[in-house]
Amino acid sequence: MTATTLSRTAEKETTLHWSRVVGTGLIGGVVAIYVGLVGMIEALAGRVVITGLLTTGQVILLGVYLLMSYQAAQKLTGADAKAGPLSVVAGALAGLIISIMLALLVVIGQQINLRAMFINASPRLWELLTLGRGVPTGLVLLMALGAVLGALAGGLALLPSRLRRAVSLGLVAVPIVSILNTALFAGRGVSALGALLIFAFFTAISYGWSSVGGQARERVAALPSGQQRLLKMIGWSAVALGALALPLLGPYPSEIIDTVGIYVLMGLGLNIVVGFAGLLDLGYVAFFALGAYTIGILTSPEITWLPLHLTWWEALPIAILVGVISGTLLGIPVLQMRGDYLAIVTLGFGEIIRLIFLSDWLKPLVGGSNGITRIPRAVPPPQGFSDQQVLWYIVLAGIVVAAYIATRLKYSRIGRNWMAMREDEDVAQAMGIDLVKTKLLAFATGAALSAVGGAIFATKLTSIYPHSFNLLVSINVLAVIIVGGMGSIPGVLVGALALVGLPELLREFAEYRLLVYGAVLVFMMLKRPEGLLPEARRKLELHEGEEV
Amino acid sequence: MLQNLRRRLSATTVVMWIIGLLLLAMVFWGSFQTLVSGKYSGRVWLDLIVFGIAQGSVYALIALGYTMVYGILRMINFAHGEVFMSGAYMGYFVATALENRGTLDSNLLLSLVLIVLGAVVTSVTIAVLLERIAYRPLRRAPRLVPLITAIGASFFLQYTFRGFFGSGVKGYPEAEGLKGTITLFGLQLLKTQVLVIVAAIILLIALYTFVQRTKTGKAMRAVSEDKDAAALMGINVDRIIVTTFIVGGSLAGAAGVLYSMLFRQVYFLTGFIPGLKAFTAAVLGGIGNIAGATMGGLFLGVAESLFPNLVLDGLGIPAPYQLKDALAFLLLVLVLIFRPTGILGERLATKKA
Repeated sequence: MTATTLSRTAEKETTLHWSRVVGTGLIGGVVAIYVGLVGMIEALAGRVVITGLLTTGQVILLGVYLLMSYQAAQKLTGADAKAGPLSVVAGALAGLIISIMLALLVVIGQQINLRAMFINASPRLWELLTLGRGVPTGLVLLMALGAVLGALAGGLALLPSRLRRAVSLGLVAVPIVSILNTALFAGRGVSALGALLIFAFFTAISYGWSSVGGQARERVAALPSGQQRLLKMIGWSAVALGALALPLLGPYPSEIIDTVGIYVLMGLGLNIVVGFAGLLDLGYVAFFALGAYTIGILTSPEITWLPLHLTWWEALPIAILVGVISGTLLGIPVLQMRGDYLAIVTLGFGEIIRLIFLSDWLKPLVGGSNGITRIPRAVPPPQGFSDQQVLWYIVLAGIVVAAYIATRLKYSRIGRNWMAMREDEDVAQAMGIDLVKTKLLAFATGAALSAVGGAIFATKLTSIYPHSFNLLVSINVLAVIIVGGMGSIPGVLVGALALVGLPELLREFAEYRLLVYGAVLVFMMLKRPEGLLPEARRKLELHEGEEV
Repeated sequence: MLQNLRRRLSATTVVMWIIGLLLLAMVFWGSFQTLVSGKYSGRVWLDLIVFGIAQGSVYALIALGYTMVYGILRMINFAHGEVFMSGAYMGYFVATALENRGTLDSNLLLSLVLIVLGAVVTSVTIAVLLERIAYRPLRRAPRLVPLITAIGASFFLQYTFRGFFGSGVKGYPEAEGLKGTITLFGLQLLKTQVLVIVAAIILLIALYTFVQRTKTGKAMRAVSEDKDAAALMGINVDRIIVTTFIVGGSLAGAAGVLYSMLFRQVYFLTGFIPGLKAFTAAVLGGIGNIAGATMGGLFLGVAESLFPNLVLDGLGIPAPYQLKDALAFLLLVLVLIFRPTGILGERLATKKA
């Protein structure tokens, strides 16, 4: 940009929208009060992020301050123009407004007993919000802190975009690394110095990559194809080795990794149904349950009416078969239905299956609410290893096979048929695509993968209960593929790590998991419907007509 | 002749019809067995039917919200069950406050008005916020997008309420004046059930008058017929859509109070199952159709109350009431397969828009 255009934009954008800044600050205040009353600050106050300085609850509040003040600073001027030092003032103002609203909440909370309604409006929350210093001093401190934080966020808006991105990444990295450290290595957060180092490290890496990354990529692209393939092979082997070595982290991390893995597996399956074929299936848990129950019935010594007592490996193909058959059978009645009806009907199917497993009617066969226990392990672990560590290899094998199937299908004739159907059923049919076959194939493939997930789930826990198979599992998988990007295979991995892995690490967070999923679904649909790692074609579809 | 028939019936249709006929045969066989065995007296059946009507009229009130929004936006407002739940919660808080002051027992009518008012205001606020924040920006997006948003909003609201008010089940206070039974036309009926039915009828009539007789109602019908043409006729489509959410929300809020009077409890998942059932009712009656939603709600309420004892018991299934939710969903699936138009509606489930 030349100097003349700079001055021209500056002249054009002299109008400063202070009312928007105040508005953003007020919204931020509402969000902060919400976070407090919903109980997140208290619930996460026990988990230390930086020793002696910050807890996870405070990090969430900090995030609200920084994000909203940054937004406010951006809104002071139009989209691209910079307001200069005034944006620091705008940020500080927004931060101050957030603090004032929190302070008002504290003052009101001490006069009136809000606890009759809001169970989290407790003295503990007031103590946390006043930083443990009592009402007048604590509140003044809160306001000063809010203004400072807001000013910092406003200052962030002044930085050039590359540096800004690097600093933001560094800021996000600190709590994540600290949580990982606490959960996996039984640490107690990180020290202040450690946090600073982590921040500096990630900022530097990110900044460095943004300056040399493009060049590096160009240089790789310029290499002869043989060397490129070699590089790719090295990359993939590193990933493979890393995946194989994961259980070495220990029994507890392995359990988390297994759970994430099962969700990746199911996500890959649902991705075929929802992502490729565009059929919103909310009853996905039905096949998960059927897979798990097939394993339970065929292997558990508790089942007396069918005394087969197979091993897990013998039962697995049968579970897959059950998945395929039930996927097709449940698919037939919904063939003619359009998107939203399909969602509700499949949801109904999922609930019917669970209610039937739960009822006394089938209790003699599947155990009713007592479920099925004593399901054998798939592989006896070697000396010194836990079941969960060994199970990872089965999960990994499942993921690799599923990813292979999904990738191959995606670029095959069937995959193209699915995508054509997703974009427009009528046109697809006019092009000679057999809708019945194509839809049923999507349902059956997805159901088979879900059944495998269920089979692994059954042997992971060695006992299954109808309660494990509620609608929330379907929603969970759906959130995973939406965050990652519908139709995108690497997206499933990212989605599962973010939405299943992180909450597993943050045990106190379990209560807010679905709250966050809901918010994430809404937010993603509003702001980034194509997901974090979008599939190219999907992105085009979703942003169709926006440029026009 | 046979060839002609074969051309018209594909294999899947035949399979579906066979399944349908089998189910119908099971229904008849089950009811026949139960009635022949004479296990339940006429008194039991009467109670079940009255309870069914009371519960069905609540479903009808919720179903109207689904139907009206669907009629105008062609989207399923999945979070409508939570709008209903929020009303039930606020009703609980107002009712408890009134009970603590003693107003609930001393002045029943005033208390009821206050409870319903609180519930309606809360539900309307949430419905309007939903429309403004979550649905309006997505009006021109592909159809799956607003649906996923609605599902997300539904879970967000459920767990927000859990975070705010705790996960426990809250028992609704019971007013002195509503305890016991009343004798009407020689029948002994529970007072709460009668109140619920009467209130629902009044609300339904009010809604019908609003939609058919007022200018806003006419504009609503015009918008649901054709949004663009309505806009050309000078109707403010955005405002009509908000009005729809307000009307749907207030009915849901009132339904929340009535439902809690029947079941005397409320918790953060209260809205989920009734929401799904009300959707079923809307589909049963033909979605987008106001009279249909009312009939669908009543039918579903009675069916759900009668079927477990009437049919499943006859088939020898133990503890049949455990399967009553499964029955409601099965009914939804069957209706969508065999009569996607619903009892009164136009055919919408497959194509159109």
